Amino acid sequence: MARMKFLCDAERCIECNSCVTACKNEHEVPWGVNRRRVVTLDDGVPGEKSISVACMHCSDAPCQAVCPVDCFYTTEDGVVLHDKDICIGCGYCFYACPFGAPQYPQEGAFGARGKMDKCTFCAGGPEEDNSAEELEKYGRNRLAEGKLPLCAEMCSTKALLAGDGDVVSQLFRDRVVRREGRPDTWGWNTAYKD
Amino acid sequence: MLLAIFLLPMTGYISTGFATADQEVQQTNPRADYWRLVRDNSEGYSAVTGRETNELIQSSGQNWRQLRNGPIATFGSWILGFTLAVLALFYIWRGQVPLTHPRTGQTVERWTLNERRIHWVTAGLFLVLAITGLSLLYGRAVLIPLFGHHGFSAYAELAKLAHNILGPVFMIGLLSMLVHWFKQNFFSKVDLDWFKAFGGMIGDNHPSAGKLNGGEKLWFWSLATAGIALCLSGLVLDFPNFDQEREIIQISHLIHVITALALIAFAFGHIYIGTVGTEGALEGMVTGQVDTAWAQQHHDLWLQELQQQKPKSD
Repeated sequence: MARMKFLCDAERCIECNSCVTACKNEHEVPWGVNRRRVVTLDDGVPGEKSISVACMHCSDAPCQAVCPVDCFYTTEDGVVLHDKDICIGCGYCFYACPFGAPQYPQEGAFGARGKMDKCTFCAGGPEEDNSAEELEKYGRNRLAEGKLPLCAEMCSTKALLAGDGDVVSQLFRDRVVRREGRPDTWGWNTAYKD
Repeated sequence: MLLAIFLLPMTGYISTGFATADQEVQQTNPRADYWRLVRDNSEGYSAVTGRETNELIQSSGQNWRQLRNGPIATFGSWILGFTLAVLALFYIWRGQVPLTHPRTGQTVERWTLNERRIHWVTAGLFLVLAITGLSLLYGRAVLIPLFGHHGFSAYAELAKLAHNILGPVFMIGLLSMLVHWFKQNFFSKVDLDWFKAFGGMIGDNHPSAGKLNGGEKLWFWSLATAGIALCLSGLVLDFPNFDQEREIIQISHLIHVITALALIAFAFGHIYIGTVGTEGALEGMVTGQVDTAWAQQHHDLWLQELQQQKPKSD
């Protein structure tokens, strides 16, 4: 069984934001919500590094642990998904998530939160695979079509890797060995316990 | 031309060559430095604008999760359960504290119409807020097994809406009460003796008290401190449109839950004493009038004061 993981290679990311754009377009993400974002540290000084970040689909997901209505579930592929029919938009997953993944379309006055939206690893939601309802609520289900997340597929420098954790880490390990640097598997230890 | 096609893209290697030559002078590992920046929640730049989108890892959410799901949920349920159990056992052991003298038939006004209105509006809102709030903390463990995920979700969505809208209204009610009864709630020597005698809850002797006894004053000051903290932290949570940072939200949430649990436990006691615990107490807050026998037993100094003011009252 595959264990899906994201990995962003900080040595390669050039902050082109194509992952952000690809995701936004593929899933018709609501206004004001970006499921993925690129953060640049030390921006403009030598040695600046960029990282593309979205939901890391944690093994022991904090969002899942604090959800008062228990709307999260982990698929057999280790992808953390949620049911928008159950979500009440309380904001707790946003309080708990270290990566700032859960976001809410504004619904009503004073920034009242609507149903939470986050990266689905292009795996849709609880609805029937590739159904109209699934597309409407969660975006495209590429995993069901046998494809991997579009952000990683579109990455121009292949900095962002997505797929089975074993394959992804092997790819990255080979890279690191080849370039003789210390690994910086970004966010890996925070997100993945196994 | 062909040579240029091959050579131009390779100029990148020259610049990285220079860059790595510079890095050799550095003492620390630049990758470790970078990771340290990430873990320290350093602010960077992100083209995606919004609340803290320029930060990579915000670690304090983990603490919030551990505290909320761990000690707060656990001890909270113990404290509420313990309070209810103690009250039930006390009722079985002591029963209702009866009037020691038969009713005189004469009444005095204890609470004006305005005071009663403000009390019941705030009390009603308190109950609604307490139930909806506890549903968010314990609903997953208690109510989902009963109603199922979709059933509980439908209720929780309404509960969230009610909690968010009624919260500020409750705050207005609470502030009005605190302002209105502020002057009457300073502790005195009488209250100390009242506490020493356990407020007449145990034994037959009822200690002296003014219009408000020590217990009522303690409830007032709990509301004036924990209640205000509860309201202020609630406002931080209720209005996400000000783009508060997550750390502030997490701290506010912890304050909100802790003060709410403490006040709910205290409210159990307040409700017990005001209803089944004491004969004749509830009618004061319902009709505004209390029997002079009740007033003599529970608030003797206040009755004296009233009688001195109006010696020829009917």
